[in-house]
Amino acid sequence: MSFIPARRTGRRVSRRFTGRDLAVLAVLLGIPVLLDIAVVWGPTLASVALSFTGWDGIGDIKWVGTQNYENLFNNYPQFWPAARHNLLWLAFLGLVATPFGLLLAVLIDRGVRFSRFYQSTLYMPVVLSLAVVGFIAQLVFSRDQGALNAVIGDTGSPTDWLGDPDLNIWMVMLAAAWRHTGYVMILYLAGLKAVDPSLKEAAAIDGAGETQTFFRIVLPTLRPVNVIVGVITVIESLRAFDIVYAVNHGRNGLELLSVLVTDNIIGEASRIGFGSAIAVVLLVVSLGFVVTYLVQELRGEKNR
Amino acid sequence: MTAQAAPVPLAAPPAPPARAARRRTRPGRIGVHAFLMAVSLAFLAPLLLAVYASLRPYDETAEHGYFSLPRHLSLDYYRQAFSDSGMTKYFVNTMIIAVPGVLVTLFLASFVAFALARLKMRGGLVLLMLFTAGNLLPQQVIVTPLYVVFNRIPLPYWMSDSMTMFDSYWAVVVVQVGFQLGFCVFVLANFMRTLPQEILEAAVVDGAGVWTRYWRITLPLCRPALAALGTLQFTWMYNDFLWALVFISDGDKLPITSALNNLRGQFFTDYNLLAAGSVIVALPTLVVFLLLQRHFIAGLTLGSSKG
Repeated sequence: MSFIPARRTGRRVSRRFTGRDLAVLAVLLGIPVLLDIAVVWGPTLASVALSFTGWDGIGDIKWVGTQNYENLFNNYPQFWPAARHNLLWLAFLGLVATPFGLLLAVLIDRGVRFSRFYQSTLYMPVVLSLAVVGFIAQLVFSRDQGALNAVIGDTGSPTDWLGDPDLNIWMVMLAAAWRHTGYVMILYLAGLKAVDPSLKEAAAIDGAGETQTFFRIVLPTLRPVNVIVGVITVIESLRAFDIVYAVNHGRNGLELLSVLVTDNIIGEASRIGFGSAIAVVLLVVSLGFVVTYLVQELRGEKNR
Repeated sequence: MTAQAAPVPLAAPPAPPARAARRRTRPGRIGVHAFLMAVSLAFLAPLLLAVYASLRPYDETAEHGYFSLPRHLSLDYYRQAFSDSGMTKYFVNTMIIAVPGVLVTLFLASFVAFALARLKMRGGLVLLMLFTAGNLLPQQVIVTPLYVVFNRIPLPYWMSDSMTMFDSYWAVVVVQVGFQLGFCVFVLANFMRTLPQEILEAAVVDGAGVWTRYWRITLPLCRPALAALGTLQFTWMYNDFLWALVFISDGDKLPITSALNNLRGQFFTDYNLLAAGSVIVALPTLVVFLLLQRHFIAGLTLGSSKG
C-alpha cells in the first residue's frame, strides 16, 4: 500500500538534482570523461590526423596526403611480413589456443576430481606479464642454453628456435598460447556454470550423444561468452607486442605491426607521421571488430 | 573385478540409468585425468624450469645440462639480482605507479558506473560505449600522440625532475588510469545493475544526495566486485610493459617489468641470472594469484558472465 506512492516519489525526486548533486556529478563524471577523451579518444583522432603528415617530432608538421600510406604499402619492406605475422597470430590463437581452452573448460566442468588443481595450474600463466613469458621462452627455446634442445638431445647442430626467422614466430606464438589458453578456459568455465543443466538432461532424454549435446545445446547457449572470447582473441592478436619485444625487439622474423609503430616513434629517426599511419592500419582493423561487438552489446542492452 | 561387478545390478533392484552411465564412462575418466594432468604439467614445466635454473650456477648447467641433478643449490642469483641490479628500486617504482593507478581507476570508474547504472541518466549508453570501446583499442594507436604531447607538457621540478610530463611517473599513471577506466566502468556498471534498486529509492525518499547514494549506499554493496577488480587491475598494471617503455626514458625510473628488459643486457651472458630475474618479477603476481585466486577469477568473469 505504501510501496507504490513511495516508489513514485522516488522516481520524481531522482529526476531533480540539487545544486550540490549537480556539482558532484559534474566533477566526478567530468574528470573521467575528460581523461578518457584526453588519453584515449583524442590521441586516436590525432593519430589519424598525423598519419597524413610528414613529421619528425621536432620541425614543422607538413601535410603530405596519403604519401605515408603509399610508402607503407609499397616501399616499406617490413610492413607486409608484419601484417602477415599479425594474421598468423590471430589464426593461431583463434583456431588452436581458443578451442583448446574451450576443450579444457569442458573437461574440467564435468566435475572431475582435482579440478581445482587443474584449474589453478592451467590458469597460472595468465598472471605473468607477457614480457616475463618472453624471457621464459628464451630459457626454453634458446639455441645454446635452452631447455628444449637439451630435452631432444640436439647438441650436434642445435636448432636456433628463436633465431631462425622461419621458426621463431611459431615458438613465440606457442608461448603466447600458453597464456591465452588459460584465460579462455576461465571465461568458458564461468559460462559453462551458467548453462541450465535441465537443457542437457532434456537433450540426453531425446537421445543426443555427448558431442551432439555440446554442439547443439551447450555451445549455442554460450554465445555471449563466445562473443567476448572472440573479441579478446582478436584484440590480443592485434596488440601482441610484449613477447616479441622481450625476445629480440621484434626483429628477424618476429615483426609485428605494433613493433613497427614503436620503432618509428622511439627510435633515433623519429618518424611520427609514418608511425601513425601504421597505427591507423591497426585501428581500422580493430575498429571493425570493436564496432561489431558494440552493436551486439547495444542490442543486448535494449533487451534488458 | 568386472566379473564381480556384473552380477550386482542383477541381484539388486535395477540401478538407476544415471549410475550405469557413470560406470560406463569410468575408463573415459581416467583418460580425461591423464590428459588434464599431462597438460597441467606441460603448463607448469616452464615455470619450474625457471625456478630450478635460477638456483644453480650457470657453469654447472652449461656443463651437465638443465636436467642434471644439482651439485650446488643457492640463492646467489637472487642476491646478485637484488644487489647488483637494484631490483628493490624497480619494485618501488612499480608501487609508485600501480597503487595510485588502481585506487584512482576504481574510484573514478565506480562513480561513472554508478551514474550509468543507478541514476538512469540520458546519454548513459553513449557514455558506456565511449569507455568500453576505448579500452578495446590497441595501445599503439594512442601511443604516438601521447608521446608528443607528454613531451610538451611542462611540470614543476617537484613533480618531475625531467620538468616535463614525459619521463615522469605521472605520464604512466595517467595513461594507466585513462586506459583501464573503460574496462572497470564496463564491469562495475554490469555489477551495479544486479543490485536492488529499491534501497536506492528508499534513500532518495530520505533525502540522500547523489554523493550519499554513491558513497554510502552503492559502494559498500560493490565490495566484492571492487576487490576482484582491484586484484585484476593491480596485476595488469604491475605487468605493464609498453607504457613505461615508451613514456619513461630514465632507466632508474622504470617499473620492474620494463626494467627486466633493460637488465637483460647485463644478464645476457648468464641465462640462469635471467631466470632469477624472471622469477623475481613473476613472484608477486603469482603470490597475489595464489592468495586471492577467487577474487582474481571473479574479476575476469564479472565482465563476461552477465545474464
